[in-house]
Amino acid sequence: MPYIPNSDDDVKTMLEAIGVSSFEELFSTIPDSLRLNKPLDLPPPLAEPELINHLRNLAAKNDPGGVSFMGGSVYNHFIPPVVWTIAMRPEFSTAYTPYQAEVAQGTLQAIYEFQSHICRLTGMDVSNASLYDGATAVAEAAIMAVNHTGRDRIVISETVNPLYREVLKSTLSGRNLDIVTVPSDQGVTDNGRFSSFVDDKAACLILAQPNFFGHLEDLAHAEKTIHDAGGLFVMVFDPISLGILKTPADYNADIAVGEGQALGIPQSFGGPLLGLFAAKREFVRKIPGRLVGRTDDVEGKSGFVLTLQTREQHIRRDKATSNICTSESLCATAATIYMSLMGKTGLPRVARLSAERAHYLADKISATDGYKLWANQPFFKEFVVETPVPPAQILAETAKVGMKAGIDLGRYFPELSHHLLVATTEAVSFEDCDRFAAALARLAAGEPLTKAAV
Amino acid sequence: MNIPDELLYTKEHEWVRIEGDTAVLGITDYAQGELGDIVYVELPAEGADVKQMEPFGTIEAVKAVSELFSPVTGTVSSVNSKIEEDAGVINRDPYGDGWMMKVKMTDPAEKGKLLSAADYKKVIEE
Repeated sequence: MPYIPNSDDDVKTMLEAIGVSSFEELFSTIPDSLRLNKPLDLPPPLAEPELINHLRNLAAKNDPGGVSFMGGSVYNHFIPPVVWTIAMRPEFSTAYTPYQAEVAQGTLQAIYEFQSHICRLTGMDVSNASLYDGATAVAEAAIMAVNHTGRDRIVISETVNPLYREVLKSTLSGRNLDIVTVPSDQGVTDNGRFSSFVDDKAACLILAQPNFFGHLEDLAHAEKTIHDAGGLFVMVFDPISLGILKTPADYNADIAVGEGQALGIPQSFGGPLLGLFAAKREFVRKIPGRLVGRTDDVEGKSGFVLTLQTREQHIRRDKATSNICTSESLCATAATIYMSLMGKTGLPRVARLSAERAHYLADKISATDGYKLWANQPFFKEFVVETPVPPAQILAETAKVGMKAGIDLGRYFPELSHHLLVATTEAVSFEDCDRFAAALARLAAGEPLTKAAV
Repeated sequence: MNIPDELLYTKEHEWVRIEGDTAVLGITDYAQGELGDIVYVELPAEGADVKQMEPFGTIEAVKAVSELFSPVTGTVSSVNSKIEEDAGVINRDPYGDGWMMKVKMTDPAEKGKLLSAADYKKVIEE
């Protein structure tokens, strides 16, 4: 809500200075037919105590949490309180993009440390200062591959998050590009089908590890196929999984992108998120977004700068590598604090604990009458359950007893209408898993769910 | 300002020296001076096709970036690998060690569309 502290005299002085008689006259060039000639349809103003009450009542409608088995790239990992205690310091939380960037050495140092952490985590050479989210990071990777190769076909697996694939399509809709999807079989990319899509016209091949269903893919074949065809290999990763799984560098990915929300950012209502983008050194002049570098000043003192800006819009204009000239700095700062805190031993533990609970819960659910695991594939912390009752009903019923059961896959894959995507993290206890399995058993038996029963 | 008489020029500030059916080219002393410290040049691969007055690469200085336009049509036969290690050579010696690439020309008549040293001098004086 704008609060403009101009007195009537201030307004009068300003209007006189530009030779206009009234505020209204400023809009005189807008044709009458385009103007809203009535007041905005808003309720009357409230007094401050009334307003606070109103907001309290709205806030009370928020779901305070419960146990979340919802994943699909946004996970309920535990966030140590120190993460946001530090990130919410005003030096971080109130800082807006400094237009003379180098004045804000603290901001730049935080971003530099974020980039360094992402490089160590992924094994890649260069990371940018972050992007909006995993979905736009995938789109930016595709644009970079197209610009680098001069080719116009983007090949993406059906097992990449369907929302990412939608964002890829909408982001690239203005360019004359061909986006093709490699079909999947039993929850993993159908590697046998690559030859129909990957040839010397393919700019890149995009696969996720783990994929949207939580399954682990055979990336070696994908990597060889696209590199033999002269295109770039793009891997979508889950940063937590890199505690125990091979890194994008291990898979010889050219570009590694992912959703960084798991690194200390709450699930909220689907945002804000954190796009991760890293690449091999040879692509450093092609990557999108902002890059912070470390250098020495004229006195030989170490400092941080925005570097390689000739890639960006304010210099390269229409030939810029991307129209992104921002980052998710506050979320990236939280992620940096989280990664520093977890370190080399903490992150693998978070990954192992998450996987352990996922496999425990998967065993519990498949031992429950009416339920079974879909697709016999190795998985990390997320898996697909075939359900005897519609997932929408499971979601609605379990919500009443403080559980978020997962994602109804029928929303994205019509053939998976009785399939529920279930995720666990280290923040879910074994007892929570038992309660969830018990709730599913009651729903299959047609018994009502009550707090007492589960 | 150095504008050698024996070279031909484009209005986009490239120079070219025709040796038989091969054109050696780079950017002019005036261009390097206007750009300032050159840090990076993106050139096509050997074997790539280029067209007269169409972009073949980009040149980056500290705070600016420009496209490079090919003075002739043909196939790139050689690229100056020294530039990749040290783009500053273009600032120091634009007509010598700072050459960018050699192009095997497919249309020698295109020469007629290039500027003489005197004509180029007029372009930059405007």
